[in-house]
Amino acid sequence: MAQNNSNNSEIRYLNPPTVEVRRKKYCRFKKAGIKYVDYKDPEFLKKFLNEQGKILPRRITGTSLKFQRKVAQAVKRARSLALLPYVTDLLK
Amino acid sequence: MLKQYETVFIATPVLSEAQMKEAVAKYVDFINNNGGEVVYEEDWGLRQLAYPIQHKTTGFYYLIEFKAEPEFVATLETQYHRDERIIRFLTVALDKDAAAYAEKRRANKQAKAEQK
Repeated sequence: MAQNNSNNSEIRYLNPPTVEVRRKKYCRFKKAGIKYVDYKDPEFLKKFLNEQGKILPRRITGTSLKFQRKVAQAVKRARSLALLPYVTDLLK
Repeated sequence: MLKQYETVFIATPVLSEAQMKEAVAKYVDFINNNGGEVVYEEDWGLRQLAYPIQHKTTGFYYLIEFKAEPEFVATLETQYHRDERIIRFLTVALDKDAAAYAEKRRANKQAKAEQK
């Protein structure tokens, strides 16, 4: 049994497995002190949409709950005013 | 008590420049005559729509920021519904932060206009 353990440790990887460094996510609104998300500015809102025009979840963008709701409402208003598409294939 | 509102509407591109001005003037006067007070207007001109509305892909956007009685907004919106030149509109109440933001945005626009 002991040999097995030593064999296991014998495994050598071609290149060392890179452990992904976890960057601390922060809410850009709190950091920048932005208080109001404007629905009339599609360029800024596009940062919170993926290629299909869907709203990115908080775990990706890292925004706090309060501002994620404001962003979602602003995006929905922009969509109703045809500033942003409801669904598209390549938005960026 | 006058609350702050902001309304954006899209007019059909079929309109000529004169008709567009006339439509805008109609709403600005409607607000001013009914106890409202137009604070700021902005013409975004002819813009591409992100998706076709009533089979049209472009539209004249116009923004009006005004102060009015809360009851007044309903009458304004019925005007929009009746007017077939307006294909889409959105009226938004401005809270403290939104009003501060609008104030700052106006200042930037004016500053940019002066630079030009």
